[in-house]
Amino acid sequence: MTTQAIVIGAGIVGAACAAALAQRGAKVLVLDDGRGGATGAGMGHLVAMDDNPAELALTHYSLGLWQGLRAQLPERCAYRGCGTLWLAADEQEMALAMGKQALLAEQGVASEALGTQRLAQLEPMLRAGLAGALKVPGDAIVYAPAAAAWLLQQAAGVTLRPATVQAVQGRQVTLQGGERLAADIVVLANGFGAKALLPALALRPKKGHLLITDRYPGRVSHQLVELGYAASAHHSEGTSVAFNVQARPTGQLLVGSSRQFDTLETRVEPAVLARMLARAVAYLPALAGLNAIRAWTGFRAATPDGLPMLGEHPEQPGLWLALGHEGLGVTTAPGSAQLLCALMFGNAPLIDARPYAPGRFAEGQAA
Amino acid sequence: MIIYLDQHAVEVPGGITVAAALAYAGSSASRRSCTGQHRAPFCGMGVCQECRMQIDGQRRLACQTLCRPGMQVERSG
Ligand SMILES: Cc1cc2nc3c(=O)[nH]c(=O)nc-3n(C[C@H](O)[C@H](O)[C@H](O)COP(=O)(O)OP(=O)(O)OC[C@H]3O[C@@H](n4cnc5c(N)ncnc54)[C@H](O)[C@@H]3O)c2cc1C
Ligand code: FES
Repeated sequence: MTTQAIVIGAGIVGAACAAALAQRGAKVLVLDDGRGGATGAGMGHLVAMDDNPAELALTHYSLGLWQGLRAQLPERCAYRGCGTLWLAADEQEMALAMGKQALLAEQGVASEALGTQRLAQLEPMLRAGLAGALKVPGDAIVYAPAAAAWLLQQAAGVTLRPATVQAVQGRQVTLQGGERLAADIVVLANGFGAKALLPALALRPKKGHLLITDRYPGRVSHQLVELGYAASAHHSEGTSVAFNVQARPTGQLLVGSSRQFDTLETRVEPAVLARMLARAVAYLPALAGLNAIRAWTGFRAATPDGLPMLGEHPEQPGLWLALGHEGLGVTTAPGSAQLLCALMFGNAPLIDARPYAPGRFAEGQAA
Repeated sequence: MIIYLDQHAVEVPGGITVAAALAYAGSSASRRSCTGQHRAPFCGMGVCQECRMQIDGQRRLACQTLCRPGMQVERSG
């Protein structure tokens, strides 16, 4: 018998889950009301992150899956294998780069250490005198909203229905207006929107600012990130900024990044944007003379340990969670989807699923 | 006064913006989109960014820039 599945959320994670379910022969109904989420707001950097072994396992696994999709992705998905340069400002950071290289190598992620001169040759727009960089050539970029739409389109047996989900209970879904739906499998993949449906979930919003320039082709060719980025991204409770710049295929420079907890105010905050840009200009002085055309904000759905929740709801059989992808959900969507499907269909996942078990946060830790 | 639009001399009244000068010169197109479509000034108040052009060697908003004698204005790609 055909498995009937409902996926709530058509962002990159919901789309990847729907495609993976369809691959296994399920009939999938995807529900999304078009309010939008992190997928349309983020940067779409596909990056091996090594903050902890589980994060590296999931990002590395997912990068391989993205590479497998690469040949099929239409041009509008703007996939580019540009690689990442992790920038080291001084010798101390260069030592961090070497540590990172060793960690990545343990998981089979190739990287190359670059000295001052080689870095200046590769990215002449960077300020002179940086100590060097770690180049991770397997990293890439993708335009996530287009990739999400494509994942849904190309899968056989997937229907997208515009609808607002008002409640979920196990295998039952209630839509706004009162209509009730049921399926063998319900996947909750609506990003931070899940908090309104299941308030006990350990999810917090982490606001981010981004800014994009006019087109200036050929100035930057890799995704450029300062080595202090991981520290800013994960270990700070206050507002933090880090240098992170992506060269869009159009020649535009997409400038990040900032992190703020516990606000749902969508407005661009000039003070935060100013800090973020000052940081960016410290690395790319000539950026100050370029024109920005837009700035916006988005919200990452963060769990207490920064890892997503992937698995069946501990108290609601039939309800599967694909949530809490924080600042890495575009990268990790395909790996998360495969892992979740393996658990659903009783296959052994290719990476250890335990670090992402939704039940790992004890009651009361939800704040 | 004379300004140069894509290297062609155009006579425009003093005191008008480059966006107005485009209309004056007969085609309000300011630039092309990534897919090659023409774009033109839209909001007229520095918000929509549709009027960005190369003006005297710098990327500027045509609706926020007053014409100056001899100004070089290029429709950017
Ligand atoms: C500023 C910023 C930069 C980022 N940069 C990167 C990056 O470089 N690399 C990376 O990998 N990740 C990045 N991320 C993270 C990444 O964008 C997210 O982790 C990812 O997009 C999450 O996808 P999602 O599908 O889980 O959720 P979302 O994209 O939030 O999708 C949720 C969907 O559910 C729908 N929805 C919500 N509630 C309901 C409801 N009740 N009923 C019906 N529909 C509903 C919404 O309309 C939406 O389409 C960034 C995020 C931000 C904010
Ligand atoms: S016309 Fe909108 S910014 Fe100039």
